[in-house]
Amino acid sequence: MTPLHENEEHARLRAEARRFARTEIRPHADAWEEDEEFPRELYARAAAAGLIGIGYPEAYGGGGGDVSHAIAASEEMILEGTSVGTCVGLGSHGIALPPILKFGTEEQKQRFVPPVLRGEKIAALAITEPAAGSDVAGIATRAVRDGDHYVIDGSKTFITSGTRADLVTVAVRTGGAGHAGISMIVVERGTPGFSVTRKLAKTGWWASDTAELAFESCRVPAANLIGEENAGFYAIMANFVTERLYLASNCCAISELAYRESVSWARERRAFGKPIAGFQVTRHKLADMASSIAAARALLSDVVVRFLGGDASAPKLAAMAKNVATDACSFVCDQAVQIHGGTGYMRGTVVERLFRDARLYPIGGGTREIMNEIIAKLEGY
Amino acid sequence: MKILVPLKRVADPDNANKIKIAPDGAKIDTTGLEWKPNPFDEYAVEAALRLTENGATPKVRGGEVVVVTFGPKEADTTLRQMLATGADRAVRVDTTDDALDGSLVARALKALVEREKPDLVLMGKQAVDGDSNQVGQILAELLGWPMATFAATLQEEAGALLVGREVDGGVITLRVKLPAVVTVDLRIVAPTSVYSLATARTHKYADGVRFSALPAIMAAKKKPLIEVPLAELSPDTSLRIAYSKFEPPPVRKAGVKVPDVAVLVDKLVNEAKVL
Ligand SMILES: Cc1cc2nc3c(=O)[nH]c(=O)nc-3n(C[C@H](O)[C@H](O)[C@H](O)COP(=O)(O)OP(=O)(O)OC[C@H]3O[C@@H](n4cnc5c(N)ncnc54)[C@H](O)[C@@H]3O)c2cc1C
Repeated sequence: MTPLHENEEHARLRAEARRFARTEIRPHADAWEEDEEFPRELYARAAAAGLIGIGYPEAYGGGGGDVSHAIAASEEMILEGTSVGTCVGLGSHGIALPPILKFGTEEQKQRFVPPVLRGEKIAALAITEPAAGSDVAGIATRAVRDGDHYVIDGSKTFITSGTRADLVTVAVRTGGAGHAGISMIVVERGTPGFSVTRKLAKTGWWASDTAELAFESCRVPAANLIGEENAGFYAIMANFVTERLYLASNCCAISELAYRESVSWARERRAFGKPIAGFQVTRHKLADMASSIAAARALLSDVVVRFLGGDASAPKLAAMAKNVATDACSFVCDQAVQIHGGTGYMRGTVVERLFRDARLYPIGGGTREIMNEIIAKLEGY
Repeated sequence: MKILVPLKRVADPDNANKIKIAPDGAKIDTTGLEWKPNPFDEYAVEAALRLTENGATPKVRGGEVVVVTFGPKEADTTLRQMLATGADRAVRVDTTDDALDGSLVARALKALVEREKPDLVLMGKQAVDGDSNQVGQILAELLGWPMATFAATLQEEAGALLVGREVDGGVITLRVKLPAVVTVDLRIVAPTSVYSLATARTHKYADGVRFSALPAIMAAKKKPLIEVPLAELSPDTSLRIAYSKFEPPPVRKAGVKVPDVAVLVDKLVNEAKVL
């Protein structure tokens, strides 16, 4: 079902993303998931197909368009590519670049953004630390000014694309405690004192690498500071709505794929002399799955339109959309495994993988509980 | 070089199961079908783009590609898609799918060629719905132009094209003087299949039809697309082919599993009677 806010351009973009994913991702999906990595060249191939720069200004090598275009393309990459890990890995610049584009100087934008959008460099965002996740204002990684450098000490964890990133947009503490002491700075690969300490093994999103990073007396040019010193928290917050819409759309695509797989499985798998779709209980499961997806999609589409129209309720609704889509995804993937029976529990079955991938969404990009904190605060109780 | 590429939209082969035949068998019911460009025609557009550019700088156009299709207003989508891929202009000859046959399309194309005066008409070898494989040949005959069919490679020369055709046991290379009609086969979109005079012989294209990025998709909305009534190109709109009846292929019967080769042979001999 085409979202109501989409037009012929979105349809065309979806078709192109589908064609790319069908030829460039799907044939390798299982192998890349098992390898816990996809080839680096895929960034350049996706960029050449116009799929990396969607939603970024053409002045910096982007493809123009807005979040509605970006999520349309990323949904098709998931639906047709079937490797969620590959798609989110390809998309890690989606959280790393916006702070630079919104708060960086012209020189910084020209230096950092175009190589990433050409697929030549990989970008990551590093906020989370071993001792500070939901509580972003509690980060401890320090950056101390020393002449025209900052000296950074601390560590970051759970960083998507972190093991291969060429540039990392890092949240650091430059001032006192709390949110008013945080700054954003770009640390480039190869900077002395910056290292990848571990590649983390995860429940899902296997094809996307996730890293633990260390900064030990890491000297970064002050020219890499993004925006004003101690104003970094706003740079982090400014991207929340689009990130949540992006994650909600991931959930819609994952659940839709799990649903499609389940429908065809239910038609083919036979038990007690008939296809399992012949049992009313299976049909009702599928009907509930389809309904959850439709509800999540409808809310997502509503928020996309409001956000693009500048509606003040967008931050609250985006948090709601993320939770609703996350719940739909968890429910649908769980039911999908159930419909597949033992096959659904076996590696190599698409829904087995999606079931694992789905578990990330109530945690990453702000947990389900934190979304509710935001909703509660904005509702005023 | 100026190239005219005729295209046809066909029912998406991935959704072939949606194709329904009207109860009286008189025609195919097209309601609800998803359309896409005939793949061979898409290959022709890709080949035409390659012939009108330097492969190293594909954003700079070095010629003109005009796409034309026959159909109702909705067929504009197919043309816009090709404008997004890179074609420069589009013409839709206004008509409906069931008012056409290969001969009428070729007659109308002849009139359009006389208006547009392209150096080359490049088209798919056939449409994957009717598989008629006629229009290119009829058009060349009507125009009195040289023709090469099933091109697998194309190399531009001054005033001519070298056309490679795959045949049993080898490749035939023809030199066709322009203007000409050339129909293409699927290998025309391989990385080293097409070279304009401007493109270095060392250049390798990405395999397949190029992707259209969002800026091109947006720009396609502003590229010229004109509508021409069919009767303006061919006052004689009579058809040479009359369809008498459509029937779906017979439904496949469920198979049986046999325990071993002996039973298989027995069934082949006694039930299927094929041995
Ligand atoms: C696969 C993956 C990829 C990631 N990628 C990145 C990345 O690229 N960059 C990055 O910076 N981070 C990334 N993260 C980190 C992610 O953003 C954090 O995991 C998330 O914000 C939660 O933080 P935490 O893990 O420290 O959990 P905690 O904050 O420790 O939370 C633990 C539990 O306590 C609950 N809780 C916490 N505070 C409250 C509260 N006030 N009220 C009620 N409940 C509360 C939480 O909801 C949760 O259930 C990634 C995580 C994963 C799993």
